[in-house]
Amino acid sequence: MVDKLIRPSPDKLLERIKTDEARKGRGRLKIFLGYAAGVGKTYAMLEAAQRKKNETDVVVAYVETHGRTETEALLSGLEVIPRKQVQYRGLAVDEMDLDAVLARHPKLALVDELAHTNTPGLRHPKRYQDAEELLEAGIDVYATLNIQHLESLRESVAQITGVWVRETVPDSIIDQADEIELIDLPPDDLLQRLKEGKVYISEQISHAVANFFRKGNLSALREYSMRISADHIDSQVREYMSAHTIHGPWPTAERLLVCVTPGRWGSRIIHTARSLSLQLNAEWTAIHVETPGSVDDSPEQQEQLTNLIRLAEKLGARVEILQGLSVANTILEYAYKSNITKIILGKPRDVHLRNILSRSVANQVVRRSKYVDVYIVSGKGQPLEQNVLPVKQLPVQWLRYLLSLALVFCTTLIGSMVNPFLHPVNIVMLYLLSIVISAIYFGFGPSILTSVLSLLAFDLFFIPPYFTFTASESYYLFTFAVLLAVGVVISYLASRIRGQSEATQRRENETATLYSLSKQLSVSIGLKPTLKTIIDTAKDQFRQNAVVFLPGKQKKGILEAFPEKSGIIQGENENAVAVWTYQHQKAAGHGTDTLPDASALYLPLSTAHGGIGVLALWPLDSDNRLTVQQDRLLKAFADLASMAIERAQLAEVANDARVLEASQKLQTALLNSISHDLRTPLVSIIGVLSSLQEESITLDNDAKNNLIQVALEEAERLNHLITNLLDVSRIEAGALKLFRQPADMQDIVGAALEQIGNRYQTRKINVEIPDGLPLIPVDTSLIIQVLVNLLDNAFKYSGADSVVDVGALQKAGEIQVEISDRGTGIPEQDLQHVFDKFYRVQSPHNVSGTGLGLSICRGIVEAHGGIISAENRPGGGTIIRFKLPLVSNSPERGMVK
Amino acid sequence: MSEIGPRVLVVDDEQAIRKFLRVALTAQGFMVFEVSSGLEALTTASNCKPDIIILDLGLPDMDGIDVVRLFRQATKIPIIILSVRGSEDDKINALDAGADDYLTKPFSAGELLARLRANLRRTSQTETELVFINGDLTVDLTKRLVTLANHDVQLTPTEYDLLKILVTHAGKVLTHHQLLKEVWGSEYEQELHILHVNISNLRHKIEPDPTRPRFIITEPGVGYRLRTA
Repeated sequence: MVDKLIRPSPDKLLERIKTDEARKGRGRLKIFLGYAAGVGKTYAMLEAAQRKKNETDVVVAYVETHGRTETEALLSGLEVIPRKQVQYRGLAVDEMDLDAVLARHPKLALVDELAHTNTPGLRHPKRYQDAEELLEAGIDVYATLNIQHLESLRESVAQITGVWVRETVPDSIIDQADEIELIDLPPDDLLQRLKEGKVYISEQISHAVANFFRKGNLSALREYSMRISADHIDSQVREYMSAHTIHGPWPTAERLLVCVTPGRWGSRIIHTARSLSLQLNAEWTAIHVETPGSVDDSPEQQEQLTNLIRLAEKLGARVEILQGLSVANTILEYAYKSNITKIILGKPRDVHLRNILSRSVANQVVRRSKYVDVYIVSGKGQPLEQNVLPVKQLPVQWLRYLLSLALVFCTTLIGSMVNPFLHPVNIVMLYLLSIVISAIYFGFGPSILTSVLSLLAFDLFFIPPYFTFTASESYYLFTFAVLLAVGVVISYLASRIRGQSEATQRRENETATLYSLSKQLSVSIGLKPTLKTIIDTAKDQFRQNAVVFLPGKQKKGILEAFPEKSGIIQGENENAVAVWTYQHQKAAGHGTDTLPDASALYLPLSTAHGGIGVLALWPLDSDNRLTVQQDRLLKAFADLASMAIERAQLAEVANDARVLEASQKLQTALLNSISHDLRTPLVSIIGVLSSLQEESITLDNDAKNNLIQVALEEAERLNHLITNLLDVSRIEAGALKLFRQPADMQDIVGAALEQIGNRYQTRKINVEIPDGLPLIPVDTSLIIQVLVNLLDNAFKYSGADSVVDVGALQKAGEIQVEISDRGTGIPEQDLQHVFDKFYRVQSPHNVSGTGLGLSICRGIVEAHGGIISAENRPGGGTIIRFKLPLVSNSPERGMVK
Repeated sequence: MSEIGPRVLVVDDEQAIRKFLRVALTAQGFMVFEVSSGLEALTTASNCKPDIIILDLGLPDMDGIDVVRLFRQATKIPIIILSVRGSEDDKINALDAGADDYLTKPFSAGELLARLRANLRRTSQTETELVFINGDLTVDLTKRLVTLANHDVQLTPTEYDLLKILVTHAGKVLTHHQLLKEVWGSEYEQELHILHVNISNLRHKIEPDPTRPRFIITEPGVGYRLRTA
């Protein structure tokens, strides 16, 4: 296709930057690679460690000496992390203690036998995954590996040695390794060592040891190991060159496309694509095309497909699932759209009825590929699918064929009934009808059967000579042919349409699910409702129980679960899995490679800003395995959930910021108001005093007395305000100390009136306090303050002529005091807020004051364990009522909000 | 005008307050001595022999109450303490320790002079004043007669005793404890309700408007005071 310039593409550069970033914290991996057991990998690794031990912090994470003395000697002086004992089926097994190594956090760790399978119960199923975790933690690793454990070579090795290796390691391990040291030993020397008993033969291959250790085999294996080593160096060289933008033999930027179909050779095709991609240094995409016919795939085919997709992903492909009517068309469309340069396909499968009618996919693609290269990979050697599930018999399929038979039978019956009245040609129509019915309702296979049976029945029963499979007239052959043709065509079309509509239906369901979920999530306001929506949807749509883990606010490293009690997700083990998933941002648990023994699947929740939590899922019904589509949908769901959670959390933060801003604005306004109110009386005082001082101002005695009176009143007002401010700050600080004494209400009212005397001398007050009120244990001066403030308010907000009433009475275990005025009253909506700090009712009179008085009253009354309230008086005016308990049940200290 | 007025010792660490007190008291004919700490007060008092001491409780070097106690060990000179609002227990403690009266800051010159006069009267009296007159109220201790606007007032013996002690300390504050101890005996020092009931009854009998007492004034948290004319 298009030749790219001799320059790394922006994608590649971006990839490089990303890998470098990811690599910064990563440890370096050096693999000691050998082509067979006994070449001396462990020995070489230990030698290397010995060389490094004086300058680096080296520990032995796991080394298997198999009792060989020379190897054991090399352990001397190296710190060995004790192995972990695991119980499995009554046996005690030694495994590498991953957590101990992580805790120890050496600079370099030695890990033997990367392909080893861990005992169930450990965090990862395979030791190479343990090594991976060590690398991610920043620990360098030396490891040993035999090439026959490489996944891509498994088949080739099996061909060479006849031994099928069960423990494999993905090829990405080799690709990601920073260094590969090839431990080479000429086959003759190896055989010699075998004779001397210096080679450890694992029980797995002991039965085939004769086969394995033949010179021819060993040479072939040796060649493979060299090739791999060389490839690795080659790719490293190229990486180096591209990192330093050295203009070299740049390949044109190739892009590969491989088509994944369930089938015996599926994984071989994928591996081939991968090797090709490495060789060409090209990125590769794996696609699977879903056709209308895909609905007919059996469950094991679906599972094969899932596994293949996962394999492709693991090997580093971009994976896409496409829908289309024709596989070939879809492939080619995608290829053109994405500038694919090479397409890799498998050879046509076993002959299938479908492929007879339409040419095989490979043929079509080849024919229409234009500029794109097409590679056809054949299925050679042993099939790779060793674990073939027994084919489940589908009674449903047989049922449909039976129904077809029954249908033809019925049609024949009906036909025979109408035969006397109609020309045989019309009977054909009946059969056509039955074909259409079976095509629509029974499927492709059954409807083909219907076609054939109809033809035969027609010939048998309705064409002379009757009850024979011959026809008297030759033109009937034409009828037969057309009947059959029509039958087949209709079957095919109908099944396609059916499949299409089912596929469309399924897709529509998926889309609807995602749409409804995203709508619900966008509507949920607040973190808790959002989490609830997520959990409910998981239950409804995916039939999975769900728990969301979010980082706790109090402690770091602890995740809090919503909902808190959920049955399965309990206990430290499950919590540990969640924590691991959160830290590593990788799926873990059931069905994954990490901690597969967990009862739930743990998906990381993350957005562009990083990880925000973990979603744990376990099925509602006991057997519920997710298909590829569901898997996809679940990932999309997890993404939506992450975004919704992030949004809810951000909304909370924004809200807090808003509240903070509002309170700061309020504080500024208040400071301004208070400083004004504090200054105003001083104006009069200073004014008056300075006037009196001024010699040039001569005043008669009356004028002087007037002025002095003014100054005195203002001074008292200032005193009152300062008292209020001090009280407020004491109440706020919780430092309001109550000095309780049994006090007489009459006393208190009298004292309050005395205090207020000067300012409101001319006002009328009506006091009604019955005799014989019990003494009440209160802080006398504070309650006097309450009364003073209330009276002050009452006078301020009512006319100069109106009367203010003060009353007290005993009610149940309380003394109730009321102060009523006949003033303007308080608007309904303000009645609740009038006791808030700095609250001022909008009054036309423009009354002075800061609005602290009532809030202080509330603070003092509540500190005594009482209640204060305001209501409007019928007839105009306000009543403020406060009740104080006769028995004090609140602590001496005032602790008020 | 050459009458030498009573000698006042002013003890306060605030210069502005000392200045105000000096001006106000000197204008009334008092001779004023100023000190700014408790220690100075104790030493100066023995030199200048004041007739009355005005003592601020919030002194920098000593607790005002300790100053009162120390004074009381040596002398019976009337002490008026200056206190702030909200420290009722300080006031009561000072009065119990031996102070005679108190003033709550901020106070007016009038209040100050009234207190001084009330507390000086006691010492300068050679014979106790036996007749108390304030407005319509007359209390004649010699005849055990109480009249309000020329009407006789009938008091129970307890009420009379209560009124009597108020009259003999007219103008000065008496704490609850003092009143209870004097009238009912020391066993009754905590029985505040008895005191309140009697004060209330007394007010109903001698006050024109019991809800706004003009004679028997409540000193919140501390006690009562009989106001002088």
